[in-house]
Amino acid sequence: MTEQGNGNARAARGVPIESVRPHQFVGQRLRRKEDARLVSGKGRYLADLVVPGMRHAAVLRSPVPHGRIAEFDASEALALPGVDAVFTGRDLIGKVGPFVEGGRLEISPMLMEKVHPEVKPHAMPVLAADDVHFVGQPVAVVVAASRYLAEDALDLVRVDYEELPVVTDPEAALAPGAPVLHGHLGDNVAAHFVIASGDVDAELGSAPHVYRGRFEVGRQASNAMEPRGVLATSDRGTGDLTVWCTNARPHLVRTFLSEMLRMPLDRIRVISPDMGGSFGTGVFSEDFLIPFVARQLGRPVRWVEDRSENLLVTRHGRDQVHLVEVGYDDDGRILALKDRFLVDAGAYNQYAITVSYNAAAHARNQFDIPAVRLEGLNVLTNKAPVAPVRGAGRPEVTFMMDRIVDIVAHETGIDPVDCRRRNLVRPEQMPYHADIPYRDGVDIVYDRADFPAQLAQLCDLVDYGAFRKEQAEARRRGRRLGIGFSSYMEGSGFGPHEGAVVRVDTNGHVTVYTGANAHGQGLATTLAQVCADQLGVTPEDVTVRMGDTSYIPYGVGTFASRSAVTAGTATGVAAGLVREKALAIAAEVLEVSSSDLELEEGTVKVRGTPSRQISLGEVARAAAPGPRSRLPAGMDPVLEAEHYYVPPTVTWSSGTHAAVVEVDEETGFVRVLRYLTVDDCGQMLNPTIVEGQVHGGVALGLGEALTEEVIYDAAGQPLTGTYMDYLLPTTTETPPITVAHQVFPSEVNPFGIKGCGEGGAVGPPAAVANAIVDALRPLDVRISRVPIHPERLLELIEEAKAEAAQDGRPSARS
Amino acid sequence: MEVNGEQRSGSVEPRTTLADFLRDELGLTGTHLGCEHGVCGACTVLLDGHSVRSCLMLAVQADGCSLRTVEGLAAEGGQLHPIQEAFSAEHGLQCGFCTPGFLMSTVELLNEVPEPSEEQIRSHLSGNLCRCTGYHHIVKAVLRAAEVIRGDVAARQA
Repeated sequence: MTEQGNGNARAARGVPIESVRPHQFVGQRLRRKEDARLVSGKGRYLADLVVPGMRHAAVLRSPVPHGRIAEFDASEALALPGVDAVFTGRDLIGKVGPFVEGGRLEISPMLMEKVHPEVKPHAMPVLAADDVHFVGQPVAVVVAASRYLAEDALDLVRVDYEELPVVTDPEAALAPGAPVLHGHLGDNVAAHFVIASGDVDAELGSAPHVYRGRFEVGRQASNAMEPRGVLATSDRGTGDLTVWCTNARPHLVRTFLSEMLRMPLDRIRVISPDMGGSFGTGVFSEDFLIPFVARQLGRPVRWVEDRSENLLVTRHGRDQVHLVEVGYDDDGRILALKDRFLVDAGAYNQYAITVSYNAAAHARNQFDIPAVRLEGLNVLTNKAPVAPVRGAGRPEVTFMMDRIVDIVAHETGIDPVDCRRRNLVRPEQMPYHADIPYRDGVDIVYDRADFPAQLAQLCDLVDYGAFRKEQAEARRRGRRLGIGFSSYMEGSGFGPHEGAVVRVDTNGHVTVYTGANAHGQGLATTLAQVCADQLGVTPEDVTVRMGDTSYIPYGVGTFASRSAVTAGTATGVAAGLVREKALAIAAEVLEVSSSDLELEEGTVKVRGTPSRQISLGEVARAAAPGPRSRLPAGMDPVLEAEHYYVPPTVTWSSGTHAAVVEVDEETGFVRVLRYLTVDDCGQMLNPTIVEGQVHGGVALGLGEALTEEVIYDAAGQPLTGTYMDYLLPTTTETPPITVAHQVFPSEVNPFGIKGCGEGGAVGPPAAVANAIVDALRPLDVRISRVPIHPERLLELIEEAKAEAAQDGRPSARS
Repeated sequence: MEVNGEQRSGSVEPRTTLADFLRDELGLTGTHLGCEHGVCGACTVLLDGHSVRSCLMLAVQADGCSLRTVEGLAAEGGQLHPIQEAFSAEHGLQCGFCTPGFLMSTVELLNEVPEPSEEQIRSHLSGNLCRCTGYHHIVKAVLRAAEVIRGDVAARQA
């Protein structure tokens, strides 16, 4: 594996703080603090939690994609010994309101003003009381003595449905006369916006060539390995509620619960225990249903979904159709991009324009395209809701854009790498003003990066020249090898804020409390590295705690490649403030000026007089309230600081990927032989962890490219309810992954951090598709949709052969 | 049955899976349930030395057998097994949910093939799903563990 730090790193600037200490532990490949307990089976995941007296819930889901509930009858279920209660949607009316999951991620006022998106709000009931809109929608919950009994009882709850007409295709859903899912919206358009830069129609009119095409990305499910769960307990005396849930955003769940159950925020504690991944898992009915039920029954209740429920609803993403017009010239320069795209939002558009706007904001990729016009529509259909899944709009547009570059290269007869290079934003154009706003409303300016150098580094890594020779040699022996490229931009470190409290106890041990909430990203290690550097201790001295609303008043959570940037910066700033406070108190104790003091490895020393020193624990004791306090006048007790970092806008990470594949022309089977990436995520907190993020993202992207798809039939029935039908990549489908880096520290935050959580997942669909097309040259196989199942590829090969025969062109066999 | 070297017993409904028995009756929650239909491998345990999916077996089928779970890997003083150590050293885990299954499958592999090739490792672990790591560091971890174990064996023999 190649691992190299590229030059050009320089002192990060941006948010002014008094003094950023140089990195010592940041950037080191430290082993994770999380590991020892996790490899020992001592993690505490939701299903491992037991509360005395706990009962078990199971959720009944709609088997019909669109219908009206005529009647509920739970009498038989209630008669089953061991069953405590059944609640249907009608039992919740007036008690637990409906919710809009992303409703709190309000569209920024600045974006509203600049783009004027049309968003039609429609809330989802916790349990359906009247109409159901997709297979899997929760309609009732059973509580019983065991999960076995609760599931037995599900079969005994009778629900009669009057079935209604179904629409599963977003284009059909827009047609006149299509069944309308939510009557009060008028039609099935849930959201719509247009953004543009330059005069795209004029550019298309004058461009020497125009390509018109359609690109589709299938529906992918997030598939965290841990099924989702909720455990709630209501204190018998006070009524205070404690909720454990597999959710990366405990503070958001608490806010919702407070409103829905009409309880003060601070009487609800939401805890996110160890989580077995997320990849987009958000807020669901059960996060409110189980606490409600626990309160009603006065007993702790736990619910854990099974994998079939997970594949039905937890959590679908992608599912987009892009209709494009592209103007380009004889030199392969892309002059204009016009894209009208549909996001199949499923039955409830829970995230306004998060995914669709993300797609639009990243469509231009690393390319300098003079004119773009992007029109996004979120369309409602009778399928499970679509929400952000790792990448959240980026893999879709990157697939589209990188296929376009490849097609333009082919049409103009230019080498695909050369064509790509010709269109890249050049270093002298940086900082590059994209002339469209980001999702936060701030105009996009690409952070420092060097895209041509990134591509060149990748070409060296893959040894592009040597590969072409190997490919030609293999072709002579009947093997079809191909190489494909993809590049991406990743707006990362999204706000609105993240906070950290850094506190030193009287033994000198440091604890960081944050509202971010890792589930595999290693924040317990990386935030300790940041804290150690800025405070003047070692990472062993630091414990990071997260995932509990009692730790810190405000928290946003871990998703959208944001936590290293936002929680990392908050932690660094708070640790720096603690250091300053420690020096001021130590100066009081040692009776010297604080400017004569330094704090290293947990000890404050007088510069030049090492015998005069005081440990951080002693400083903390001097900071306690009471008669022994040695606090300077006016200073608050406790050796701690709290900082909420509010990013001015996102950081711009980027990367370029290459896939080397072998295609079996007879079976349509594609084997990925090598996968290589060069990314830039600024100052890395821990390169090993960054690489792990890239590897995992790539595997998820390879699934998107080749095997993973949630499939519905035309009647709205999902066909992929088990892992026999929904195919996650295994060790044998995932190749060795070579990861290299460029390091251009961000100028948006003082530590130079850019996000890296999603980039790995963005490139593979395009890189693999381009590699397959390359492998099958000179046949002109037109891949415009992922995933590329073997049977689909065989069809495309047959089509291309038929066309080649008609044109008298040589076939791939020649 | 014998579990991690200790005699354990319990009385359960015939339909209780081995995984639920281990987790709910014996409190060994290190064995995780990821799919409950025998594909993801998170619930892998060793039954008389061979890997089984504890979600696909009934507890009563394991009557009289010898079981090893992730809780039985570390030495008595808590010192991690070389495979556990290698998974940490090579960053072979992220969220940790699938990890116990991978560890148990690796124990079986290295018992049978002390010096596996990368291809043998990938083949043997293809029944365990991981969504976080892309498997790259897992394969490295198994290579490392194999090397360490071979070294330990050689040292003992020397």
